[in-house]
This record gives sequence, structure tokens and C-alpha cells, in this order.
Amino acid sequence: MQRQSRKKMREMGQGYFFMSPSLLVLALFIIGPILYVVFLSFHKVQLLGNGSLEFVGLDNFSRLADDSRAQIALWNTIKYVAIVVPAQTFLALVLAATLNAGLKGQQFFRIVYFLPTLTSSAVLTLIFMWMYNKNGLINSMLEGIGLQGYNFLGDPDIALNAIMIMNIWSTAPFFMVIYLAALQDIPESVYEAAEIDGANWFQKFWKITVPQLRPVTSFVAIMGLIGTFQLFDQSYIFSAGSGGPDNSTLTVVLLIYQYAFKTLGTMGYAAALAFILALVILIATLLQRKFSKEESLY
Amino acid sequence: MKKKKIGAGKVLLYGILIAYAITTLVPFLWAISSSFKTLQEIVSGTISFIPKNFTLDNYKQIFLQQELFPRWMFNSVVIAVSVTFLNLLFNSMAGYALARLAFPGKKALFIIILAVLMIPAQVTMIPNYLILKSLGWLNSYQGMIVPSMINATFIFMMRQFFINFPKELEEAAEIDGLSRVGTFFRIVLPLAKPALAAQAIFVFMGSWNDFMRPLIIMTDAEMFTLPLGLNTFKGQYISYWNYIMAASMVFTLPVLVIYAFFNRYFIKGVSFTGGK
Repeated sequence: MQRQSRKKMREMGQGYFFMSPSLLVLALFIIGPILYVVFLSFHKVQLLGNGSLEFVGLDNFSRLADDSRAQIALWNTIKYVAIVVPAQTFLALVLAATLNAGLKGQQFFRIVYFLPTLTSSAVLTLIFMWMYNKNGLINSMLEGIGLQGYNFLGDPDIALNAIMIMNIWSTAPFFMVIYLAALQDIPESVYEAAEIDGANWFQKFWKITVPQLRPVTSFVAIMGLIGTFQLFDQSYIFSAGSGGPDNSTLTVVLLIYQYAFKTLGTMGYAAALAFILALVILIATLLQRKFSKEESLY
Repeated sequence: MKKKKIGAGKVLLYGILIAYAITTLVPFLWAISSSFKTLQEIVSGTISFIPKNFTLDNYKQIFLQQELFPRWMFNSVVIAVSVTFLNLLFNSMAGYALARLAFPGKKALFIIILAVLMIPAQVTMIPNYLILKSLGWLNSYQGMIVPSMINATFIFMMRQFFINFPKELEEAAEIDGLSRVGTFFRIVLPLAKPALAAQAIFVFMGSWNDFMRPLIIMTDAEMFTLPLGLNTFKGQYISYWNYIMAASMVFTLPVLVIYAFFNRYFIKGVSFTGGK
């Protein structure tokens, strides 16, 4: 009996020992900061000198209503999410289904498609800025087929679209791999039955592949949603940190960064924005989950 | 009749595959070719994938023009390697404890880890900055390494891995007199190689490519990592695209080399992060 409990105690000690590094980081750099950000969002934060905190109640939240840049940032981010998530999900699905059709050279295409996922956002953004240059590759190609060129980096109507195209291109392959793994799980017999019934490739794709993959699609959409809401690197590098031209590439996270680290005395406001962003992502995730659950009932 | 139809479908599928392969490759080929061009050819605006006057000078010049380049690379290597090593160790330990050991609060911890998976880094970036500042860890390696030395996704992944791990091996080791800690390091970890490899690539890539964290923590140019350095370099040599592309290629190469070696684990890792 006593030996048994000593063994238990030892296992407990081992458990905490094995968990200790994770517990430390979780407490100090994840859970602590989450509580801290809520606390900060009710304060005016001064970093200069010894630093000071002044309780301001809900001021940081009500400030949002008069902040036109915050509204622009929110609008830009929503536009970006609403276009990029469906586009990259669809592209990923089509690529995965095509790759999975059992053609020769699959492995080669898979490796090629994966290149953007491996490359850092900083490098990809620089490559695209060079291609988007006024007399760069893309404009030359457009002019080559008789279209007009664009001022991708300088035109406020175009700049965000230029980032969208780049990011759809660079994230779709990652989600393609997730789809590919899920495609392996669809039983071959389903397709064979459909073939006997005379279904063609497109019908099989639309009537079997798409419905069978619905749970994965939901997962991919949530991941995409979380990722796109956090757009920062590309906007920052594109606009040298400003969110320009004319605030057209200003995203919520870039704005949070600017308020927190580039302007004085607005860190508390930035914390409030970060808190709101977390809530928006959470709600979007839960909604997406709820919808996809309801759908799968049918 | 039927045979012909299959042929047409195949052509269409190959068409899609090849068209997208070209779409993927063109930016990279353009970047590589630009990195071997002279500045004269870059500014002239001629469009050719084959450099007119092939030159290796850009690769030499970036190191001469920006003497901090080797330093940035060194910083990136130190941080990415330490972060990867510590993640492998600590995530495995935590995953093992959650899978195998009984201790009070285990369930709650597991739920917390699952919840943390959903929290975007932007939410914690401001408090993290203040915490690191009060620790005096801004502009330091530990400021970059310690907060990212665990990862909830991979703790979760290791837990799943160890749950499916045959218990008999550990029991045999215990009978042979090995302690729990000894069993973990000498029996369990070596057998977890595939899971560790997948994890290693993702953690390394995440750290190597990270832009936002060093942007906030490292304000001293000496302490920049490569992505930050690259961004600064772009600011200084704004129209020297031959230099910028050469620097970008130098920066991308290590990840490509790692990918070439660990390719199959990589796919496994992605399907795990997606497959749960």
C-alpha cells in the first residue's frame, strides 16, 4: 500500500518535472500576457521614464469609433479575408484533386508547388515587389499581351489586391497538402461505383470529392481565417511600415504595431485593438465551426 | 470512343498541373536570374530570364556593402537552432507527460494547451514586449529564444504520438532498472525520430522566417535576424534589385537544403497539423 503511494508520488514528481519548461513558458509568455493585455486595454500606458499606467476605463474602446485609420484597417482586413480565404481554399482543393488523379510525375509537381511554403514571407514579398515594379516582369507581360500595366505598389486601388494575389499564390499549396492527405482516406470503391454509373471526372469531383472533404474544408477555412486576419509581414514590407499608399495596405495588426511601438502613449489603445482582434478571430472561428457542423447534418 | 475521352481528360489535368507549376516557378526563376544580372541590365528594364552579362558579383557585393550580413546570418542560425533544439526536447517531454504520466491537473493543462493553439501571437505581442523589457531581454538572444522554446501544436502532436507508442518497451526498460527519465531519453526519444524530424523542420522554418517577433524585440542592427536585415537592406539599396535578389537567395538556400533532406517527414508534418 505504502509502496504503491510512493510510486504514485514519484510519478507525480516526474510529471511536473517533464511539464516544467512548458509550464514556465505558458505562464510567463502566453497566459500571463493574455491577462496583461486585458489589463492594459483599460489603461493609458506611458513607456517613457519610469513608465506609468493610468486607469482610463473603456476610453480605449470608445476611441475606436472616432479613429478613421482603425476603421480603414478593419475594412482592409475584412476585404482581404473575404477574398483570400475562399480563393486559396478553392485553389488548394483543385490542385490537390488534380495531383491525386494518379498521373505520372506527381512527386515532381508536389515538390515544385511546395516551394512558396518554404520561402519566408520577407523573401516572397521582396520577389513580388521586384516583379510588380513599374517596368518589372508583370507589367511587361501584361503589355506583351496588349493590356495596360499597373502601378501595383503606388496605386491605392491596386496595392492591397497585389498583396492578395501574392498570398493566395503562396498559401494555397500548404492547404493543398492537407487536402492531399485527406483525399487518401476517401475509399476507392466510391469512385469505382460512380464510374460504373458513368460519372466523368468533373462529376466525381463535384459529387464525391467535395462533399467527402467537407470537414477538411471547414478546417482549412478556419486556419485560413486565423492566418489572414493576422496579415502583417507583407503589408509592412510592401509599405515600409506605413500601410500606404494612402492607407490602402494598412491592416489591423499593422495598425496595432504602429500604435504600440511607433507612436507614444497609445500602447493601451493598441492593447484594446489586439483584444478586439482576438475576439473577432474567436467569433469568426466559432461561427465557421457552427456552420460547418450544421451543414454536415444533411 | 471511351479511350479517347480519358485521353482528353488527362491532357486537361496535365495542363492544369503544368500551368500551375509554371506559375509557381516563374517568381523564383526571375529572382534567381536577377541575382546574376548586372545593375545596368536591371535598370534597363529588359525582360530576359537569361542574364546578358552573367555575373557573380552581386553575391560578393552584398557581403562587402553590408558588413552586418554575416552577423545577421549568425544571429538567425543561433536563434533558429536553439529554438529548434529546445522545442524538440521540451515539447516531447510535455507530450510524454500528458500521454503517459499521472499527475493532478493534467486534464486542465491539456485543455489549456488546446485553447492556446487558437490564440494569435499578435494578442500577446504587446505584453510580451513589456515583460521582456522588464527582464532586460530586449536585443538579446534569450529574448527571442525563451518565449518560443515550446509550441502548443507540437506538444499536442507529441502527445498523440506517445499515446500510440507501444507501452511494452518502456515496461521492459523499467524491469531492467532504468529510471523513468532514463527510459524517456534512452528508449523513447530515439524511437520518436519521425515525429521529431517533422517537428524540427516546422519549428526551424518558423523561427528562421519569423519577421514580426524580431522586428519588435531587436532594435539594434547588430542583433537583427536575416528577414529584418533583408528588409533594412532593401531600404538602403532600394533600386539595386540585383543585390536584393542575391541576398534573398542566400537567405532561402538553407531552408531548401533542409527540405531536400527531410522532404518526406515534411509532408507527414503538414498532414498532421491538418489531420487532427
